[in-house]
Amino acid sequence: MSNRYAAAIEAEGLVRVFKKGPRAVDGIDLQVAPGEVYGFLGPNGAGKSTTVHMLTTLLPPTEGTARVAGFDIVHQGAEVRTAIGAALQEAALDPFLTGREHMRFQAALHGLPRGERRQRGDELLERLGLSDAADRKVGGYSGGMKRRLDLALALVHEPRILFLDEPTTGLDPQSRTALWEEVQRLVADRGVTVFLTTQYLEEADVLARRIGIIDNGQIVAEGTTYELKAQIGQPSVEAIPAEAEDLARLTAVLERFGEPVPGTPRGATVRLSGGEATLADVVRALDAEDLQVEHLQLHQPTLNDVFLAKTGRSLEGARQEEEQAREEPTERVAA
Amino acid sequence: MSVALTLQVGTVARRSILRTLRQPAMVVPALIFPMLLLAINSGGLDSATNLPGFPTDSYLTFALALTFLQGTMFAAMSAGTNVATDIETGFFNRLSLTPLRRVALLVGQLSGVIVLALLQATTFLVVGLSAGASLEAGPLGIPVIVALSLLTTLGFGSLGAFVALRTGSGETVQGLFPLMFAALFLSSMALPRNLIEIDWFRTVATWNPVSYMLEGIRSLLIDGWNGEALALGFLASGGLAVIALAAAASALKTRMVRA
Repeated sequence: MSNRYAAAIEAEGLVRVFKKGPRAVDGIDLQVAPGEVYGFLGPNGAGKSTTVHMLTTLLPPTEGTARVAGFDIVHQGAEVRTAIGAALQEAALDPFLTGREHMRFQAALHGLPRGERRQRGDELLERLGLSDAADRKVGGYSGGMKRRLDLALALVHEPRILFLDEPTTGLDPQSRTALWEEVQRLVADRGVTVFLTTQYLEEADVLARRIGIIDNGQIVAEGTTYELKAQIGQPSVEAIPAEAEDLARLTAVLERFGEPVPGTPRGATVRLSGGEATLADVVRALDAEDLQVEHLQLHQPTLNDVFLAKTGRSLEGARQEEEQAREEPTERVAA
Repeated sequence: MSVALTLQVGTVARRSILRTLRQPAMVVPALIFPMLLLAINSGGLDSATNLPGFPTDSYLTFALALTFLQGTMFAAMSAGTNVATDIETGFFNRLSLTPLRRVALLVGQLSGVIVLALLQATTFLVVGLSAGASLEAGPLGIPVIVALSLLTTLGFGSLGAFVALRTGSGETVQGLFPLMFAALFLSSMALPRNLIEIDWFRTVATWNPVSYMLEGIRSLLIDGWNGEALALGFLASGGLAVIALAAAASALKTRMVRA
């Protein structure tokens, strides 16, 4: 079977419906070029993991087709699995095995010759900074170490395409940066194609060349970071009055310069229809009205603005709400 | 079996054995509790040997067979819990993303529990015989007891794996334990079937395959070589193993829905 293909990943009309559930993925079309890092950005429950599960052959699609590494995900599952590596949402490791035992286990299941198993495992443990902990049981690893081991396991058979499903969720900033560096190195050194799902805007911004924004199972926007931000257009300006009673007057002044957009409740935010050049006019107008401001800031469009514009919701706000919802039951128990 | 399949079975089995042996909380109760119950039963129920028609004058010998059955049930819980944990933690997905064949996964996963059963059977025999239980079948009876014990473990282990694969829940697997104990209590575990006076209980014990698993092992300890008891014992354990393995394989096929 030929493995020459134009796109590393291509999907057309991909749908997944769960029994008595919603359409978790609702007609996704996408194309990822070989050697590209594609970021799949969206809040929890948007359909990111379901898409990854379908593309990695773990879940059959209800409708639609997809080819990964040139192979059909439904009819050529074994070939797809040989070509891909995946680190799924939970770092699925056995707490009773050591890091080195994990590497040998994975290498053996992929059919690597005996001599190569040890060598490949040791190389990857070294590359991901786990050599010192290689003979310790994984149950004692930190979250960052588990994620790095998970990545090492996904790479043991040298896949051409790597699926990373929220690889840095729950990691501290240092571990997150280390993982980003490793992903960047893989792409630069080996030309690996990476399909990365994330709910972190910064992660998508740093790693991905192109980004697909998914919400309610559908891709609502797609393009390079620059293209997506350009869709939003002009920057916004946010101002908070020094005196709270001046908020209405301040809002009226700002609205002369553009459409209001959601922002801080203590102030007003508008998208500057004349671009950032009008910021000086805003300052002069506030001064003319004798309005004292506590805070004045120009915001260039971010991916969150893109998400907000496309879905009507803030991705960061959605994530914070989810985190709060997760914490609340614990607090009640503690109380 | 091809080289690749052998390697896969061996790899999964090695992991299963390692993780079983590295969990003292799983191994120790499976060894201690059956022996504790053996000590209590043989001390407290010894007067049952005075009943007319009781097959031996040593309740320890009579009760020793029960120890093996209890051990197999602990082992079954271990097998089911391990599979359920793999599903719950996502390790099962990791396995599904490798070229691992289903049969290798099932056989390999059950290997850990078979090793635990071997450890149990050896311990129970050494402790039981040292404490004064008889073995009328002689030394040749030992491998037969171990074989019957392992076959029974395979059956109950596959049942645990089946429940785990169907539900993906460790809690549901744990819920199987009381049911298994009920099956044990409704068998000839405490008295030979012909001495059970309550009709419905005797009928249930007669239809209960656990009775024949017990009686197969018990026959080697008390009677010597009793072909009928052994045949029925192997039939009951083998039957359970075949049915439960088929059910587990079918559940695995559904669970591993990968293309």
